[in-house]
Amino acid sequence: MKNLSIIGAGAAGTMVANHLRRELSADWILTVIDPAPEHLYQPGLLFLPFGARDEAKIRRRRGRTLGRGVQWIQRPVQLVDPDKRKVMLEGAESVSYDLLVIASGSHVRPEETPGLMGSEWRRSIHDFYTLEGALKLREALTEFRGGRIVLNVAEMPIKCPVAPMEWLFLADAFFRKRGIRDRVELIYVTPLDGAFTKPVCNVRLSHMLKQKGIHLETEFGLAEVDPDGQKLVSYDERHVQYDLLVSIPVHKGAEFIGASGLGNDMNFIPTDKHTLRVKGQDHIFALGDATDLPSSKAGSVAHFQSGVLTRNIMRAIRGQSLLMDFDGHANCFIETGFGKALLIDFNYDVQPLPGKFPVPGFGPFTLLGESRVNHLGKLAFRWLYWNFLMPARQLPISDQMSMAGKQVVTEEEMMKAAV
Amino acid sequence: MSIRSYGGQSVEVNDEGFLLDQASWTPAMAEAIAEETGLAPLTEKHWKVIAFCREDAAREGQAPGLRRIAKLSGVDMKELYKLFPKGPGKLAARISGLPKPTSCV
Repeated sequence: MKNLSIIGAGAAGTMVANHLRRELSADWILTVIDPAPEHLYQPGLLFLPFGARDEAKIRRRRGRTLGRGVQWIQRPVQLVDPDKRKVMLEGAESVSYDLLVIASGSHVRPEETPGLMGSEWRRSIHDFYTLEGALKLREALTEFRGGRIVLNVAEMPIKCPVAPMEWLFLADAFFRKRGIRDRVELIYVTPLDGAFTKPVCNVRLSHMLKQKGIHLETEFGLAEVDPDGQKLVSYDERHVQYDLLVSIPVHKGAEFIGASGLGNDMNFIPTDKHTLRVKGQDHIFALGDATDLPSSKAGSVAHFQSGVLTRNIMRAIRGQSLLMDFDGHANCFIETGFGKALLIDFNYDVQPLPGKFPVPGFGPFTLLGESRVNHLGKLAFRWLYWNFLMPARQLPISDQMSMAGKQVVTEEEMMKAAV
Repeated sequence: MSIRSYGGQSVEVNDEGFLLDQASWTPAMAEAIAEETGLAPLTEKHWKVIAFCREDAAREGQAPGLRRIAKLSGVDMKELYKLFPKGPGKLAARISGLPKPTSCV
């Protein structure tokens, strides 16, 4: 018998496990290692602070998400030993592998920023990237009567780079509906030089922030938070005051990656951007948020990667060369408030462009434009996630990005269209 | 993509001004890019950071991110922001003739 082990059963690990179970022959034992009893649908966290009460629907018992024939070891990983091809678990046990897939994700680390996790944590300082944080923030927003709310991205990369803007758009709508928007100041403080990293999309999103009266403070390298003085302090000594801070803390890969010498300074794994094999390792692959790839850390990316990775694992087993098939494809809904959303579709080389998706000229989704249908798509997505994506069923969308339906425009043309 | 002349040499750069071929970089080019970005003249401290970025990129196969520069170059974060104002990771990479660090994507 041969062993294929997958570390991590979030979106990426679960999709790969369920794909591989159908592909691998019966002489392969497929094992997933993850200590958490539940699988969390992370996109659902965005809506909780604004009064959504569906927290029961965004979690599932892990066992329900893994198909038959997938063994689950519910233990934390301590170390990977690539020379002995062993995964050491906490305690003295270990799991041997012939092939290993690392899908251990990225995790918020508020303790990396001085002042963030002090006495004001979850009082005047909140996060929404954890279930506990999102629920606590829901209480805080319900009680909020006015003042300055600052949303800060501590450092890149983060999971779902559009989430900060979605949060602000939803906050704008939330306070408008409550009739107190004129008493609430919304400020987006980011280390980036604009609202978003890709130029055409940046024009669109910056324009929307402006329209909604959300102030943008860029190139802010967060040095520390002063919880008593209620301000953010940057390395170049700029200060931003807040009444309520919504922090997207520093993200890092899993600890065991650093301990095993497999990661970079943030514990993300150097990975080949087209084949998804870990650099310098013949028997280890990686996907999802755990990699150091210049693609977005998002569920859609993990989905497109899971198809490519499955094909490459089967090729590695048959002794064939790996396909260079992963193109950085990402596909993200961006909630814009009042029941509307944008959709963006892009890859390593092609930035988000306007158009229709997935059927050219028809849609039903509108790329880089607000529509009600996009919002419905985002809402339907939870159902799709549990029933199609996680069980790794076929979808009519290719892993690789398609130019069909997209209009090629420049930053300047977008700027003209926006005003 | 466009062609720019730095230090008497014509080189291809991308939309954000990063050199396409990091092998074509010369110290004179660093001074010229620094001039263009308002950093000139480059001090000994700047050169310490540039030397680290070049060496690290040659060793690791990719431009170091800001966190890595602060940890390993011997110049701390606060000083990096003084030397390369606003986005030190990006700016240091650009002056060193390296691609934009992936952590900025």
